[in-house]
Amino acid sequence: MKRSLLLLVVAVLLTVAPLLFIPHSDFGGTDGQAEKTIQVIAPHYQPWAQTIFEPPGGEVETLLFSVQAAVGAGVIGYIIGVYKGRANKREEAK
Amino acid sequence: MKKWKAALFLCGFVVYFTFSESSPALAMHITEGFLPVKWVIFWWLVFLPFLFIGMRSLIRITREHPELKLLIALSGAFTFVLSALKIPSVTGSSSHPTGVGLGAVLFGPWTMVVMGSVVLLFQALLLAHGGLTTLGANAMSMAVAGPLVAYGMYRFGKKWNISRRWTVFFAAFFSNLATYVVTSLQLALAFPDATGGIAASFLKFAGIFAITQIPLAVTEGLLTVVVWNFLSTYSSRELSQLERGV
Repeated sequence: MKRSLLLLVVAVLLTVAPLLFIPHSDFGGTDGQAEKTIQVIAPHYQPWAQTIFEPPGGEVETLLFSVQAAVGAGVIGYIIGVYKGRANKREEAK
Repeated sequence: MKKWKAALFLCGFVVYFTFSESSPALAMHITEGFLPVKWVIFWWLVFLPFLFIGMRSLIRITREHPELKLLIALSGAFTFVLSALKIPSVTGSSSHPTGVGLGAVLFGPWTMVVMGSVVLLFQALLLAHGGLTTLGANAMSMAVAGPLVAYGMYRFGKKWNISRRWTVFFAAFFSNLATYVVTSLQLALAFPDATGGIAASFLKFAGIFAITQIPLAVTEGLLTVVVWNFLSTYSSRELSQLERGV
């Protein structure tokens, strides 16, 4: 358990470090930059399809991303809980 | 972890941050409309057989081993969470982990083809992230290449008796990198450089993203090991069943 905690701390450090080390950046998504690179290589290329639904505004997009993460995290927590319960039961049975 | 190991890590980070510089970076998923029609068709055709194999494998596992459904759900949820996390990286831009490594290590590569595709579909439909026309290409990189590389690493680690934790770490690490290498390749094929051709274009796409992606790949590896630790503590029975092969 201690080891997992340490790993999580390192993961957080890795995420926070760029924010401290690199000022003046808005940390934009890399797919947006890919689009720009495409425009540089092939200036005449026209995107020929549009997304069917685009979240209206950044707030709604944030909401949807949070929902995605929250649902996933809930499922993971539940399942690990189930396994822990089973493991405990096995212990008691011994 | 021993003290010297921690010190080594710290030195590594310091060196890394000193020498990495800010540069534009690239592609988690290819945006809707940004692949020419012929490549859209090509990648969909390449992807469909993998999806078929994946569906068959998933159905077979759930039918023969219904007790493993929980673990499958866990792998799917893990991909779901990780691909929602846009994480800032050293290049001053953000990208996200894929999370397909865990499931590939547990169930082999094919189950994750389905899981990864579902996540991509969700993001394409609701988040305007990726797209339906580019789904074939994006699925090939994240849901096929990623899990295949992760599984390859896992087999490699098993063969050479590398500790299971490191094996899981590197499986997740390389599956993340593989995803972005394939994405760059797809973009390079579709948009060859006017003078240098596909190779120059690939270097342009891949060379830049590599730096963004490395710390994210490390983060993904660490998070995957954390979940793996939980599983090996509390569900060792299922894990050893999977070890023997399902």
